[in-house]
Amino acid sequence: MIKSLDPRITRANINVEDQIQPLQEMDQFQTYEVFHQKKRGQQHVHVGIVHAPNPDMALIYAKEQYARRGETANLWVVPSDQVFATDYLDQDIFTTTEEKHYRDPGTYKVMDRIKAYKERRKQENK
Amino acid sequence: MYGNAYIDPDKAPNSLVADEDPVKLAEFEARIAAGEKIEPQDWMPKEYRKQLIRMIEQHAHSEIIGALPEGTWITRAPGFRRKLALMAKVQDEVGHAQLLYSAAETLGKSREQMINDLITGKSKYSNIFNYPAETWADSAVIAWLVDAGAIINQTTNARGSYGPYVRALERICYEESFHLKYGHDNVVHLATGTKKQREMVQAALHRWWPPLMHFFGPADKISVHSEVLMKWKVKMASNDEMRQQFLDMYVPKIWDLELTLPDPELRKDEETGRWIYTEPDWEEFKRVINGDGPCNAERLAVRRMAEEKGRWVRRAILGEKAKYVKPFA
Repeated sequence: MIKSLDPRITRANINVEDQIQPLQEMDQFQTYEVFHQKKRGQQHVHVGIVHAPNPDMALIYAKEQYARRGETANLWVVPSDQVFATDYLDQDIFTTTEEKHYRDPGTYKVMDRIKAYKERRKQENK
Repeated sequence: MYGNAYIDPDKAPNSLVADEDPVKLAEFEARIAAGEKIEPQDWMPKEYRKQLIRMIEQHAHSEIIGALPEGTWITRAPGFRRKLALMAKVQDEVGHAQLLYSAAETLGKSREQMINDLITGKSKYSNIFNYPAETWADSAVIAWLVDAGAIINQTTNARGSYGPYVRALERICYEESFHLKYGHDNVVHLATGTKKQREMVQAALHRWWPPLMHFFGPADKISVHSEVLMKWKVKMASNDEMRQQFLDMYVPKIWDLELTLPDPELRKDEETGRWIYTEPDWEEFKRVINGDGPCNAERLAVRRMAEEKGRWVRRAILGEKAKYVKPFA
């Protein structure tokens, strides 16, 4: 009778009862944040992380993990402990940005004023 | 490839939010109700964190273990093109596990802890992978229908509230659309082929139907637990809702190929629009998920072998100054 359909069981001949020592801390390395650029000229975009022992390996894993489909022009990896971020608790520091309408081009309506001026001049010259 | 997170319906819900700060809890729930995502740095209830870790971790383990029954067919795939496609699919699944482990890590459980919980049998994974893929047709049925079920589950969960999980699922669903097409192509090839090929795919379908009916988990009992998880958008649909969606999308496609399913009761009630079926054997499901299935022992043994044989390499390349910090997103 066939013991298993898995060649790793039948050929490597491993005993299914054997236990192993548990993984220790750092067995899976530190993490790198991955940034992906689709085409030249576009921004690099954060896409996730990889676990790797050094930047060279991190780039290899980043290619396997995040450049599996579609186009890729370039990848960056950055150690996770080298990212500095704002605090979500301070998200209100950004809330007034959208209220500053004097920075929106659409709020400057010169044509209305020019039209009104011309209308007034026409009335005066009558 | 993953079914639904398995929560033992007989297990009493914990105190849930009893000792949480009511102001923070209200803010948290208001954010979710407004459709905003929760990020790893945000305050969150302990139960939210716990359930998400359990769920994302189970999902990650399922991707890793799910690659094993199909992986056994790489060496025996009929033809070079199918071998390449199957290798790509299996590699995708392992990549999905990496994405999901990363998402779970942002919640504070290290990857080493998760792998330890898998190989000691403490953590669960999708029960369907405890069954063997006996023929090439089995691998075709898995790629089509197990992935179909997984896509239903994953697109549903992709509407959830936890940012890192949602981002991982979006990438996963995008890649799995190829798996579904590839699986369907393989099944159709057999179903429209010789008499022998049709028999093979028919037999595989009968073998996989009971585990497929188990795939989304037992019918939900309405509990405080699942209500809270729905409110927090951890769980997005009930097991039965997803099973109905699966039946509605795929049974007609199976029947269209003039293949049969081993359930004489299976039909759509035209009045209610719901599918009627024989309730799957939930005792078997419980028995298998708790360790007593045809392949549980060998799946974990293969996983342990991989961990152990790679260990000296990982140790050799680990830099002295390396230190772990929780990933950002």
